[in-house]
Amino acid sequence: MKEGKGVWVFIEQRGGKVSEVGLELLGIGRELAGKVNEKLEAVLFGYQTGSMVDELGAYGADTVYVADDPLLEVYNSDAYAVLMQELIEQYKPGMMIVGASNIGSDLAPRVAAKVNTGLSAHCIGFDVDEHGKLLGKVPGFGGAVMADIICPEDYPQMATARPGFFQKLERVEGRKADVVKVEVKLRQEDINIKVLGTSKEELTARPVESADVVVAGGFGIGGEENWKLVEELADALNGSVGATRPPCDEGWADLESQMIGQSGKTVRPSLYIGLGVSGAVHHLVGIQDSKVIVAINKDSKAPIFEAADYGIAADFRQIVPSLIEELKSITG
Amino acid sequence: MKELHSVVCIKPVPDQRFWDKISLDPKTQTLRRAGIPVALGPLDLNALEEALRIKESRGGKVTVVSMGPPGTEEILEWAIVLGADEAVLLSDRAFAGADTLATAYVLASGIKKLGDVDLVFLGNESLDGSTGQVGPQVAEFLGMSHLTHITKIDLTGDNKLEAKFRIEFGSIDVEVKTPVVIAVDKEINEPRLANIWGAVWAQERKINCWSINDVEVDRDKLGLSGSPTQVAGVTTIELKRKGEMLTGEPADIARQLVKKLQTDKVLPEA
Ligand SMILES: Cc1cc2nc3c(=O)[nH]c(=O)nc-3n(C[C@H](O)[C@H](O)[C@H](O)COP(=O)(O)OP(=O)(O)OC[C@H]3O[C@@H](n4cnc5c(N)ncnc54)[C@H](O)[C@@H]3O)c2cc1C
Ligand SMILES: Cc1cc2nc3c(=O)[nH]c(=O)nc-3n(C[C@H](O)[C@H](O)[C@H](O)COP(=O)(O)OP(=O)(O)OC[C@H]3O[C@@H](n4cnc5c(N)ncnc54)[C@H](O)[C@@H]3O)c2cc1C
Repeated sequence: MKEGKGVWVFIEQRGGKVSEVGLELLGIGRELAGKVNEKLEAVLFGYQTGSMVDELGAYGADTVYVADDPLLEVYNSDAYAVLMQELIEQYKPGMMIVGASNIGSDLAPRVAAKVNTGLSAHCIGFDVDEHGKLLGKVPGFGGAVMADIICPEDYPQMATARPGFFQKLERVEGRKADVVKVEVKLRQEDINIKVLGTSKEELTARPVESADVVVAGGFGIGGEENWKLVEELADALNGSVGATRPPCDEGWADLESQMIGQSGKTVRPSLYIGLGVSGAVHHLVGIQDSKVIVAINKDSKAPIFEAADYGIAADFRQIVPSLIEELKSITG
Repeated sequence: MKELHSVVCIKPVPDQRFWDKISLDPKTQTLRRAGIPVALGPLDLNALEEALRIKESRGGKVTVVSMGPPGTEEILEWAIVLGADEAVLLSDRAFAGADTLATAYVLASGIKKLGDVDLVFLGNESLDGSTGQVGPQVAEFLGMSHLTHITKIDLTGDNKLEAKFRIEFGSIDVEVKTPVVIAVDKEINEPRLANIWGAVWAQERKINCWSINDVEVDRDKLGLSGSPTQVAGVTTIELKRKGEMLTGEPADIARQLVKKLQTDKVLPEA
């Protein structure tokens, strides 16, 4: 498409509940809609969506396009992508932001290819240039850089947005959105993918992305045995354990729930302590919103010291036990 | 049961650390040519492994496909050593600078030329670009369904399979008709290491190199000029903080740190 109007955000739902990232998208979407002076419109696919639609109004959507059908109860890439294409072609949005959750990153590239437009991946910031084009901020290219990815010719201007990077708006009870009901003609027989069921894991520890104190271990921890020290320090602080990428590759930590950084979680604790972490930008972008950053690394030239409030150039095995001891004096 | 033709898309990624991670039979060391900074991404190895296991259990063949500059032969050769039957390198100046859509377009054109394909495997995301967008987009150009974040596959019939799609704190189990494009996660399997027979196997096989003249493509959709996304600018991120270094004996450092964190109000007072 060569034109479009309106800022669309895709609202992911699971088990009949609007996902956190969906609400975050309404937050950033509102900001973008203000910049281009267009409406903020939410797209919701699901089944028995009534109360969710109300939520979206309360969290700032001007319009909600809602497709309600048993076929859409659980995410199905065949059904969702075809339906989204139809909607885009009918209503021609100017921008479309999708959460970079597993479901969102499954859906968005397919939709972008269907409507033949570009897609900026896993953005951690957005802006609008002087021509009203969406700039997606993607960290990477190896160094301490942020690339602005733009899609100069095609509409909608599409991007996926990293969960946890954007703030949702205050909920305003009773605020209502216009509702546009979307007819769903698609049937299970028309598509190749059939959902058999879903499963949910029980959360054992407090997720690192919502913890107030995060202790992150890096490759410098050196092994599974030493990893216990990371956990002990986190316990002493009543915090959660995070990790850089190598410990997850090595199996000391869990990639899915504990990796912090560009391709993992974003944390916003009051206190972040990095042990044996060198300070690669890929990791630092995930901790930059921490209030205080402490780094313990035996190499006094490690780049993390530049990005830290307090640095300790020493072997973590010497410092951590003393620190745990000292903390006992305040926690009793 | 029907034999299956699997295609595996593998991307050359510039990561030399990766080479240290595979333990290689010293006798096949000839394949490690120093100075060529390409490697096969870890998830692409999982994708290849899954295809090889299907070939072993069901019969059929595995074709690896890569788009990349000259030098990419290295990873295709490696995939053959691990057990792939055929390899295709899509290489042309016109392909360079592609975003994910233009990358997927070229990969799909190569896969179409291969004829009947039942399964197309990819890594869930590459080691360098990591957008995770190529799989679903290849599927669109091939007119197949796609699955991503897949941690388990069960072939349940000649033309269907069941798969586990990992999502945050859970999963969605699906059944899908083939042909289908599948992007796999790390948990799906443990990739094999090369053995001595791999080198022997590889000697009998060659890599097909296809340029723009060998595939059916619209020139306007290729490479940098065919990419809808562009890099508009690059800015440095301001990550710098005060970087106050604490020194002394461990116990002394611990005391200083706790005090400072209390002053900053991120730790409670005693
Ligand atoms: C596209 C892409 C995406 C990526 N995404 C992420 C991401 O999301 N998250 C992420 O973390 N990484 C990511 N990475 C990897 C990232 O580039 C770095 O490789 C990684 O963050 C480094 O982890 P590290 O600091 O633990 O290890 P290293 O860089 O190996 O550092 C280990 C540190 O430990 C110190 N050390 C060693 N022993 C001790 C000791 N006894 N006491 C104290 N210090 C010690 C060393 O001095 C060293 O500084 C990504 C990479 C790419 C290419
Ligand atoms: C830091 C950075 C940011 C980028 N941001 C964007 C962006 O926002 N939008 C955009 O459209 N492009 C972006 N790109 C460009 C994009 O990385 C390239 O288009 C690249 O060719 C393919 O994307 P990927 O590496 O992200 O692949 P992914 O989609 O992450 O790769 C998944 C799988 O696809 C297969 N695959 C990918 N490339 C090939 C290949 N050349 N040959 C064979 N198989 C392959 C592999 O199996 C791989 O595991 C970015 C690149 C970088 C380095």
